[in-house]
Amino acid sequence: MYKIVKAEKLADMIYLMDVEAPRVARHCEPGQFVIVKLDEKGERIPLTICDYDREAGTITIVFQTVGASTMKMAELKAGDSFRDFTGPLGCPSEFVHEDIESLKKKRILFVAGGVGAAPVYPQVKWLKERGVDVDVIVGSKTKDMLILEDEMREVAGNYYPCTDDGSYGHSGMVTTKIEKLVEEGHQYDLCVAIGPMIMMKFTCLLTKKLNIPTIVSMNPIMVDGTGMCGACRLHVGDEIKFACVDGPEFDGHLVNFDEAMKRQQMYKTAEGRAILKLKEGDTHHGGCGHCGGDE
Amino acid sequence: MADMLKRVPVREQEAKVRATNFEEVCYGYNMEEAQEEASRCLNCKNAKCIEGCPVSINIPGFISKIKEGDIEGAYQVIGESSALPAICGRVCPQESQCECKCIRGIKGEPVSIGKLERFVADYALEHDIKPKKAEKSNGHKVAVIGSGPSGLTCAGDLAKLGYEVIVFEALHELGGVLVYGIPEFRLPKEKVVKKEIEKVKELGVKFETNVVIGKSTTIDQLIEEEKFEAVFIGSGAGLPMFMGIPGETANGVFSANEYLTRSNLMKAFDDSYDTPIAAGHKVAVVGGGNVAMDAARTALRLGAEVHIVYRRSEAELPARVEEVHHAKEEGVIFDLLTNPKEILVDENGWVKGMKVVKMELGEPDASGRRRPVEIPGSEYEIELDTVIMSLGTSPNPLIASTTEGLKTNKRKCIVAEEENGQTSKACVFAGGDAVTGAATVILAMGAGKAGAKGIHELLK
Repeated sequence: MYKIVKAEKLADMIYLMDVEAPRVARHCEPGQFVIVKLDEKGERIPLTICDYDREAGTITIVFQTVGASTMKMAELKAGDSFRDFTGPLGCPSEFVHEDIESLKKKRILFVAGGVGAAPVYPQVKWLKERGVDVDVIVGSKTKDMLILEDEMREVAGNYYPCTDDGSYGHSGMVTTKIEKLVEEGHQYDLCVAIGPMIMMKFTCLLTKKLNIPTIVSMNPIMVDGTGMCGACRLHVGDEIKFACVDGPEFDGHLVNFDEAMKRQQMYKTAEGRAILKLKEGDTHHGGCGHCGGDE
Repeated sequence: MADMLKRVPVREQEAKVRATNFEEVCYGYNMEEAQEEASRCLNCKNAKCIEGCPVSINIPGFISKIKEGDIEGAYQVIGESSALPAICGRVCPQESQCECKCIRGIKGEPVSIGKLERFVADYALEHDIKPKKAEKSNGHKVAVIGSGPSGLTCAGDLAKLGYEVIVFEALHELGGVLVYGIPEFRLPKEKVVKKEIEKVKELGVKFETNVVIGKSTTIDQLIEEEKFEAVFIGSGAGLPMFMGIPGETANGVFSANEYLTRSNLMKAFDDSYDTPIAAGHKVAVVGGGNVAMDAARTALRLGAEVHIVYRRSEAELPARVEEVHHAKEEGVIFDLLTNPKEILVDENGWVKGMKVVKMELGEPDASGRRRPVEIPGSEYEIELDTVIMSLGTSPNPLIASTTEGLKTNKRKCIVAEEENGQTSKACVFAGGDAVTGAATVILAMGAGKAGAKGIHELLK
C-alpha cells in the first residue's frame, strides 16, 4: 500500500497528492511517469510525476477528473492509500543527459496546457536548480483553472499565463502567445509542449512553421506501462513507438497526432458507461449499451 | 475391469456451456478416477517418463503413492522436483514431454501423468498440505527478478536451502504469464495460482510488487546498495511483435498481450472491475500458438465470432493439440493458409476489415518447416471489427540495457549457461524465457531450478 500524505484540490476537477513511494522517489527524473491503481478492482492509470522529495520518499501527482477512476481517486484524503503505485516509468527528458553548460546557452520555451502544467513543473524546476533559466507559457480555460502558479513563477525565467476567456494574463490560446513572443523578437532553440493532444498538435504545427524544434509528452491509453502490450503505440515518423518505454517524450514534428487522438477515443463509450454506473449507483441500468442509445 | 489400454477420461465442462463463461474447462480427476488411472502405471524400473520431464519429477514414485491412497506422500514426492504442480499439471504440453515417453503409449494411450499431478496438487491445495521448509536460515541474501514460473521455482528452491530470498515483480500481481497470459478457464487465478504462490511464501520467500528493475532500481544497485549476494533474472519474454502492415495502429487492433492482460490480469470480463475491453463482434486472431488459442477463446467468451488466421496448415499449428481441439469444440473458426496483408480502417480510425491472401506450402526452410508462399491473385477482404495480433514475443531489453556487463544475443535474449544459469556477469544468473525466448512454463521452471543450483554452488 502507498500512503497519501497530502491531498489538495488545486482547481475545479484538478487534484494534487503527495504519495509515499520511496523506491520511485529515489530513482525518478523529470519527464517520467507512474502508474497508479486505486484498489483491488481498479484500473491502472498513468500519471506524470509532478514533483518528488528524495529525502521524504514522496512523489507528487496531479490529476484531473475525466472518468470514473479519477473521480474515485479525487475522493481520497491524506491517510488513505493507493493499492499500487509503480514507477518511475518511461525515459527521462533528454536534457537530463545533456551538458549543463551547453543547456545554459540554449533558449528554451516550455508550453503547458491545462493540467499539463504539472509535468512541465519538474522539468523547469530541474533546470532552474542547475542555473538554466527558461520561458514558460501556461494556458488554461479560465483563471480559476490555472494551477501551480506560485510554484511555476518561482522556477521560471519568464512566466506567461494565458487564459482562453481572457480572465487573466494573455487573452487567448497558448499558440497566439508563442506567435506574439516570437514577433516581439524572442528566439527559441527548443520548445517543450505538454498538455492535451489537440494543444500539442497545434503548437507543433506552429513551431514547425517557426522552425523551432519541439518535444511533446504523449499521453495515450496505457495498461501495463512497461512495454509488454503496445496499447500506447503511436507513429513517430515512419516508426511505431511504444510511448511507455520509448517515450513519453518525442519529436513533436514527427508524431502522428490525428491517429493518436483517434486511439485515445477508443474506450469513449466504456468510459462513459463507467461514469454513469458510478453516478447512478444502484439505480444504474447497465448503461446506454442496453437501451441502444449510443450503439 | 477397465480397459488398460485407454486412459480414464477426465470430466469437462460441456463445450456449448463453457463457451459462454470463464470457469475452468477441465474438472480434473476425483480420488476414484485418479486411483484407477494410477493403476495403469507399470512402475517401470528405468522410467522413460522421468527423462521426458524437464524437472525430472519421480513420476512412478508419486503415482505409486496415489495407488496406495497416500496423496500427501505423493505431493511430497512431486515437491522434491516441482514447486508449482497444480499449474504444470494444467498447462504443460505433456504430449511432447513425460507422456510421450510412457511405455503404455506404445500400444495404447499413455498414462495421464499431467492429470494425476494436477489431482495430487489440487488435493494438497484443498487440504492445506504444506511444503517442507528450511530448518534455519543460512544468512545469504538473493534477489529474484520476476515472479513468473522461473522466478517462483528458483525462489522456492533457494528458500528450501535456507536462503533469504526477495522476489521483485513489475506488475501489481504475482505469477507473470500465469496471471496475465493464461486465461482463467485454463488456469483459475484465485483457486490455483494465488494458492500455489502462497505455498512459496510459506517457504519463507518475500515478494515486492510494483518494482520495475531497470527503472525503480537496477541490478547493480541491488548488489551494491541493498547487499544482495546473487541475482536470478527470470523476467520472461513479454515484448509483443506486430506485423508492420498498414492499419495496425487502428482502434480495435490489439496485441494478444494487451487483450489477455485486460481480460486476465485486470479482469475486464467482469463488470465489477474498472478496466474496459473492446470485446468485438467479429474478431480475427492472427497466429497459431497457444497464446493465439487463449486470445481466441477469450474473445469467444466475450461474445464474438472468432477466426484464427494462420499462414500455415493445421499440421504446423504450434499450439497444443488439446487447446486446438478445445477451441474448435467451442466454435472458433480456423482460416488456415491465410495471411493478412492490410488492416482496413474506417473514417473514425476503427478496424472495418482485413485484406488477406491465400498461401500454399513450399519447400522446407532452415527450421525444417515448409515455408508458406503467397498464391498470386488470391487476395480477398474479410469484414471485422477487432484484430488480435499473436505473433510471438521477445524479451524486454530494459534489464539488459541497464545492467553493466550483461551479455545478450542478437534476439535480445540474455546469454546464460544451461546447467547453472550463469550469465556473463559475476553473481548474476538468468533463466526461462528471458534466456530462451518464449517457451513453456515447465522449461522456465527447469531453468529456475538450474539457476538455484548455480547460485547455491556459488554461495554455499
